[in-house]
Amino acid sequence: MKKTTARSNLVDTLSLQDLCRFCQADEAWIIELVEYGVIEPRGSTADKWRFQGLNIVRAKKAHRLSRDLGINIAGVAMIIDLLEERQKIQRRLAQYEIV
Amino acid sequence: MEYKDYYKALGVKPNADAEEIKRAFRKAARKYHPDVNTGADAEKKFKDVSEAYEVLKDPEKRAAYDQLGKEPPTGGGSYQPPPGWDSGFQFSGGGPASQEAFSDFFETLFRRGQGAEMHMGARRGSDSHARVQLDIADAYKGAKRRLSIRTPVVGPNGAVSMQDRAISVTIPKGVTEGQHIRLSGQGEPSFNGGPSGDLFLEVSFAPHPVYRLEGKDLYLDLPIAPWEAALGGRVVMPTPDGKVDLNIPKNARSGQKLRLKGKGLPGTPAGNIYATLIIVNPKVTTDEARALFEKMSRDMAFDPRAKLGG
Repeated sequence: MKKTTARSNLVDTLSLQDLCRFCQADEAWIIELVEYGVIEPRGSTADKWRFQGLNIVRAKKAHRLSRDLGINIAGVAMIIDLLEERQKIQRRLAQYEIV
Repeated sequence: MEYKDYYKALGVKPNADAEEIKRAFRKAARKYHPDVNTGADAEKKFKDVSEAYEVLKDPEKRAAYDQLGKEPPTGGGSYQPPPGWDSGFQFSGGGPASQEAFSDFFETLFRRGQGAEMHMGARRGSDSHARVQLDIADAYKGAKRRLSIRTPVVGPNGAVSMQDRAISVTIPKGVTEGQHIRLSGQGEPSFNGGPSGDLFLEVSFAPHPVYRLEGKDLYLDLPIAPWEAALGGRVVMPTPDGKVDLNIPKNARSGQKLRLKGKGLPGTPAGNIYATLIIVNPKVTTDEARALFEKMSRDMAFDPRAKLGG
């Protein structure tokens, strides 16, 4: 087995190009995600966009869902919102179950 | 390697037609997709059905697979395909594009080189993804993890072999759920001499019986005795970073939330700890304890149901 010690760093923000490579998606697809409000970059124009934190996770999830289940962006946007809502509810539920 | 029953994985009969197989896969994919189903085996189930569908949806692959026949009685995880099992069938490519490999059975039998693509100049390898699950204490103190990663590697003659790699990773302290750690150059190799892609690790936390994390803030329920709630005072509270003294205000209510500023996950700014007070009654087992409660019952004018009306 080959061993390596990797140089690691915490991802802070990604540019549009970084996010495309990260999700293995093309720019047009990412731009559409932004237009549907699934992800919200900072910066005024596409070449200055920076994607941060939760947006990175959302883009990754969106791409997996549309690739694996054949869902269009409007559908993906809705699923992601519902999943986050469900997660919130599960978290609250867990609090009551502990007591 | 282990023989895989792809019909069983999709829950269809071996004589199922293409439509039935597609339907079974779509249904299972929705049910087990790891982004939708957070159950522990969902990811494995999803991979199994994806792998099965990858073979059964392609008529040539399916025919080659059917030719293998039923699992031979030798079994015991040492399946070997008969020589020349795939002669007369034409298939190529397939399998997950990223680093997540399918089973040995699939990778050996069905993975083919993706074919030389024409590109001008050297192209960077793709980024790949993995998850790393941490304990909450790791996020307070930082940690080292060793990961082993399997990659299918296409040799010069188009044959595929599985390569195992061990990588040790430093997890910085203060990392939160959903953050990514980038390992530069540890992604997929370039196929024409360009630099390798990066490997991204998505951080998640193992569930803890006491603590819950939300971003950098830590939540817990803190049980206190009725007299601690009534009289107030200092109690010792455990945190992932060691014990701390916590000041309980007089006449504290059950469900009241106390904040310890800056005691959450480290960072600038550091997170907070939120402790929800839970008043717990002692079990009355001795005469002495019973006498104390009887005295309170006699002497204290207290109606806990005063606000219920009626």
